[in-house]
Amino acid sequence: MDDFQVTDRSIDLAAWRRRLDHPQGGGLVIFEGVVRDHHQGRAVRHLDYQGYAPLAVRTGQVILTAARSRWPLLAALGCHRTGHLEIGEAAVWIGTAAAHRAEAFAACAWIMDEVKARVPVWKRETFADGAVEWSQGTILRTEAPE
Amino acid sequence: MPEVTVLYFAHLRDQRGTDSECVATTATTARDLYCELVQRHGLTLPERTLIVAINEAMVRWDSPIADGDTVVFLPPVSGG
Repeated sequence: MDDFQVTDRSIDLAAWRRRLDHPQGGGLVIFEGVVRDHHQGRAVRHLDYQGYAPLAVRTGQVILTAARSRWPLLAALGCHRTGHLEIGEAAVWIGTAAAHRAEAFAACAWIMDEVKARVPVWKRETFADGAVEWSQGTILRTEAPE
Repeated sequence: MPEVTVLYFAHLRDQRGTDSECVATTATTARDLYCELVQRHGLTLPERTLIVAINEAMVRWDSPIADGDTVVFLPPVSGG
């Protein structure tokens, strides 16, 4: 199983959690990005994500590798959804494991920031009033930070 | 004439009305190809907002394109 995946099916949260198990792991940090029912004051009905899967997976792997070189991690994993998502569904999952919590927290937050900036995925919101709009987004960052 | 496959995502997919197409082109760089597609199909995203990928690798706009390449113009992203 790849450490970073893109899937058009529900993220199996329990299965990803199990992959963080490690006898030396004293701190496991999991971030779940979940579809919420509003955006900038407007009611959201559901989301659809598109992703350029081959490049998204490769970039995700590069990010995880970079995280492992920055912090002493026992595990670093991630998964991003594509397709149709209802309110409350997990759109993204990032998990880290380390001997101590500080590294696991720091790496998890850093990985998530990098995923948002560098992984080619696009979110389309369908609002309660029927409007359908691509999120404004940010220009894809191609270089890793120093 | 060289033929390339162009994949479209998000705003560009909506504007082009398809997720991929084969394009016969005289363009020699990614930039020339995008200009051609803008003229043919009225794509509205400016070059400065896009990142270009050839054969699943992000490249510069002046990178050459060759017969059989897969070219993708990546709009601003909104993952997470």
